Amino acid sequence: MCVALTGFVTEIKGDLATVDFNGNIVTARGASLIKVVPGDRVLVHAGMILQKVSDGDAKELEELMKDVGAF
Amino acid sequence: MNKEIIDYLKNYDGPEMNIMEVCGSHTAAIAKNGIPRMLSPKIHLISGPGCPVCVTPSAYVDKLLELAENPKNCIATFGDLIRVPGSTKNLSIASGEGACVEMVYSPMDVISLAKENPDTNYIFATVGFETTTPVYALLMETLIQEKIENVQLLTAIKTMPEVIDYVCASGSGVNAFIAPGHVSVVTGSKIYKPIAEKYQIPFGVSGFAGKEMLTALYGIVKARGRGVVMNFYPSVVSENGNENALALIDKYFEKAPAVWRGMGRIEGSGKVLKAEYAKYDAGSKGLDEDIKQNKACNCADVLVGKIRPYQCPLFGKVCTPETPQGACMVSTEGSCFSYLTSNRKD
Repeated sequence: MCVALTGFVTEIKGDLATVDFNGNIVTARGASLIKVVPGDRVLVHAGMILQKVSDGDAKELEELMKDVGAF
Repeated sequence: MNKEIIDYLKNYDGPEMNIMEVCGSHTAAIAKNGIPRMLSPKIHLISGPGCPVCVTPSAYVDKLLELAENPKNCIATFGDLIRVPGSTKNLSIASGEGACVEMVYSPMDVISLAKENPDTNYIFATVGFETTTPVYALLMETLIQEKIENVQLLTAIKTMPEVIDYVCASGSGVNAFIAPGHVSVVTGSKIYKPIAEKYQIPFGVSGFAGKEMLTALYGIVKARGRGVVMNFYPSVVSENGNENALALIDKYFEKAPAVWRGMGRIEGSGKVLKAEYAKYDAGSKGLDEDIKQNKACNCADVLVGKIRPYQCPLFGKVCTPETPQGACMVSTEGSCFSYLTSNRKD
């Protein structure tokens, strides 16, 4: 039930976003809660955008792995 | 995949690690990616109480069935719940007998159903964890803004920190957790910190790809004995979570005790509609009883990691995905379903 998928926002109309999941086009709510714009990569669960997917995670993970290595 | 991680997990020879993956989607991902075969015999993965329909007591399904008997009502639900047994039957059987049961992709789909059929009272089966609660809050917001009067919620919303604390305090032997990824997107990773520090055990927030889970397991095993929370899913999980979604949840729902199959009542482990929204509640209070259709079903012990699914005498015999005797075999996120369909014996 907690499954969520990532797709790209192609269009915004108020709170509704059109999201492209590898060619499957789905409408998702919550665009105003997360403040997304076309082109954003988003995580969608049960028809609602839960979060924007960040591209800056590689550096955070690298730093975390350094910490883990020190354990 | 980093060879150091693969080798470390395969050759680990330290103290025994009992790592619980709380989330049912993680249980499914572990099986799909063949992760148990990549681990040392000293690293044990234990499936936890993270499948929402599995932990929902039979009284809740019975209440949905009772509501479905009224020809003015229609039950709207995610597909996971359709075949979950109540004390005598399930929603699928009720549908076959003529009850109105609508499967939906999103709770928001009930809005258009309600507008198209103003004489029908829709009851949404509001089951789930923190991941799904924001969309329930959004449903409430929309019902109120659009003055839709023919939709109600039957709630069985549960929250993770309290049940994780319960597992830790119950003598389960679990000494680390793979924290649920999509719950953490909403709540933030900070919710695990008090438990990590209280029991001095590590939590690793993980994504669902094999590589992500192995990386999280590496970090968790390395951090054994430490009360730390590590976020291995930073692309979508932050320390504070989705604060706008959390604020929307707090607008409509408040903390309450909840009853979990196999664990009973756990204080503060649920969410219910606030008193001012009582007219939207279809009768969620007091749905505590849990009656097994098959008395030999061990779903409750599986949920808290006391036994592995294959140790249940019904597993794979009378209890299969086609003939589920308990909720753990119904949902694709259920431990028994996952173990049986992937032939897991660990």
